[in-house]
Amino acid sequence: MTGAHVLTTNPAGPASATDGVADPRLDTTHGPILYLEDITVSFDGFRALNQLTLYINDGELRCIIGPNGAGKTTMMDVITGKTRPDRGTAFFGQIIDLLELDEPAIAQAGIGRKFQKPSVFEELSVFENLELAMRTDKRTWPTLFAKLNGQQRDDIEDVLHTIGLPEQRRQRAGSLSHGQKQWLEIGMLLMQRPKLLLVDEPVAGMTHQETERTAELLLSLAGKHSVVVVEHDMEFVRSIARKVTVLHEGSVLTEGSMDEVQQDQRVIEVYLGA
Amino acid sequence: MGISVLLARDAGGRVFLALLVLVGVFLPALHLLLPETSPLHISAYTLTLIGKYLCYGLLALAVDLVWGFGGILSLGHGAFFALGGYAMGMHMMRQIGDRGVYGNPLLPDFMVFLNWTELPWYWLGFDRFWFAALMVLLVPGSLAFVFGWLAFRSRVTGVYLSIITQALTYALMLAFFRNEMGFGGNNGLTDFKDLLGFSLQADGTRVFLFVTTALCLALAYVACRFVVSSKLGRVVVAVRDAESRTRFIGYRVEWFKLWIFVFSAVLSGIAGALYVPQVGIINPGEFSPLNSLELVIWVAVGGRATLYGAVLGAILVNYSKTVFTAILPEVWLFALGALFVLVTLFLPHGLIGLMSQRRGERA
Ligand SMILES: Nc1ncnc2c1ncn2[C@@H]1O[C@H](COP(=O)(O)OP(=O)(O)OP(=O)(O)O)[C@@H](O)[C@H]1O
Ligand SMILES: [Mg+2]
Repeated sequence: MTGAHVLTTNPAGPASATDGVADPRLDTTHGPILYLEDITVSFDGFRALNQLTLYINDGELRCIIGPNGAGKTTMMDVITGKTRPDRGTAFFGQIIDLLELDEPAIAQAGIGRKFQKPSVFEELSVFENLELAMRTDKRTWPTLFAKLNGQQRDDIEDVLHTIGLPEQRRQRAGSLSHGQKQWLEIGMLLMQRPKLLLVDEPVAGMTHQETERTAELLLSLAGKHSVVVVEHDMEFVRSIARKVTVLHEGSVLTEGSMDEVQQDQRVIEVYLGA
Repeated sequence: MGISVLLARDAGGRVFLALLVLVGVFLPALHLLLPETSPLHISAYTLTLIGKYLCYGLLALAVDLVWGFGGILSLGHGAFFALGGYAMGMHMMRQIGDRGVYGNPLLPDFMVFLNWTELPWYWLGFDRFWFAALMVLLVPGSLAFVFGWLAFRSRVTGVYLSIITQALTYALMLAFFRNEMGFGGNNGLTDFKDLLGFSLQADGTRVFLFVTTALCLALAYVACRFVVSSKLGRVVVAVRDAESRTRFIGYRVEWFKLWIFVFSAVLSGIAGALYVPQVGIINPGEFSPLNSLELVIWVAVGGRATLYGAVLGAILVNYSKTVFTAILPEVWLFALGALFVLVTLFLPHGLIGLMSQRRGERA
């Protein structure tokens, strides 16, 4: 991976391959793109999320921190349709009720997710991983006869360069290093052209240099996309964070800038001081 | 994607198809052209036996598609094969006409024997070949569709799915054993006379059935290769390896599983339909859960997710079965079990895996 390939996406430039494509029903005129209200999720009586209320603004880059088990991943599970909450509401924009949709429908509405544990399709090549993630008709028959057109090839090429893996395009994804898999997964996220990106621990297992590039990439995406990043690496959070939300025991403990949050006495007690 | 492009990337497939053409042309030639006294002469019996192996090969191809590529371990594919076989059997039953023992122009012998006076509604239409041929595709296909829709939509996977596929074929076996079902009970359908006006005993008919089977196998191979080389094929592999991940990038996983499952069931039905006129009988034993388990062993022996490996496995295991059951019939099941254990432990990629490994070492 060479640094020169990275960050060919210009956030201010003309429409690029990775710009989000909005579901026509996505209405963000009131500001937020994501509304989570009063969400409760229990596993055998244990409340992983406890009346969580959280709003993400359109175009915002939000960092979410919190100790292990705070419910960060569970929150993403609720947004992406993997886990149904016991109560509460989740809206994408003002009209799309996420709790009425299943995983593929939510993905197609414009929410993409990178998992905490890197999950790429190991038996497929890097190129094929990106090809499958690409925003296009994903029904069976069109998929059977799908052929890449020039534009789509270019889009995949662009993303290959953005994630710094152009030389590995034919390589089996399973043979990539841990950091490269993380990047490939981010690339798959970009291929979906989502409006809202949920990124769970993107820099776990990355070298210092890779971490820096990830920070640059996420920053470049904000604005045209809304990005929610969960991360334990405080240095990384500090380098990208505008607004930080601290989760603790399934609800929001506090929100604010990194400095405000780090000086908050409750945060120091539950998390940073630990 | 043209066939040439498809095969350009499939060296194993080219060898396989070339061998199939050789078998499809030369064996009938050796049978028809050489005198019976010649050591190279192939008897009608041998030709039909190999034709039977090719039907099994087609069935194995179908199983490899769902199991090898889709990760759906179906232990009930024998049911689709048997249903295709029954559909063809029903047609040939009705072709017997008044040449049966009881001479009834409309009712097959077993119905007369049961004192039935009317042909059940589900036997209507089977006197026409085109209708029977359509049913060969539609009956296994619809069963797979309904079954798969229920199972995949409620996200039944892994060992639970395997168990209910076994239950499916077992239930069908019990149903077909019953005389009242109207499929000939435990005797099944047999005593066929002709197909499309040609006597099943005639040399020419046997050669024709053999060549048709080889041709169908070749076409099915190309179709399967097209499917697994398509984007749909890659989605199916993605589902096999990381099902929920595939959902999160926007694919309706259950429809992809259903697609491949139904396609595979239709291929199995065709295999059954080609099988029955060559062996001359179809009975409920074909639904036996054991049969479906054997299919999986064929595929494992040949090598999963290679397509031609499955066909190779089917032919080799069935050839061994023919040999074994002639010499030591009671040992066969143990040998089969041992083979499965050995392959699972030492040859995870089957014989094809072994061969390509050898080639890799030499290169
Ligand atoms: N499927 C489940 N069944 C039972 N408990 C669960 C399940 N998923 C999560 N939990 C529990 O819910 C709590 C919140 O888990 P979650 O994974 O959301 O935490 P997290 O904030 O992402 O933690 P980490 O920083 O370690 O990733 C944990 O105590 C976890 O054990
Ligand atoms: Mg987590």
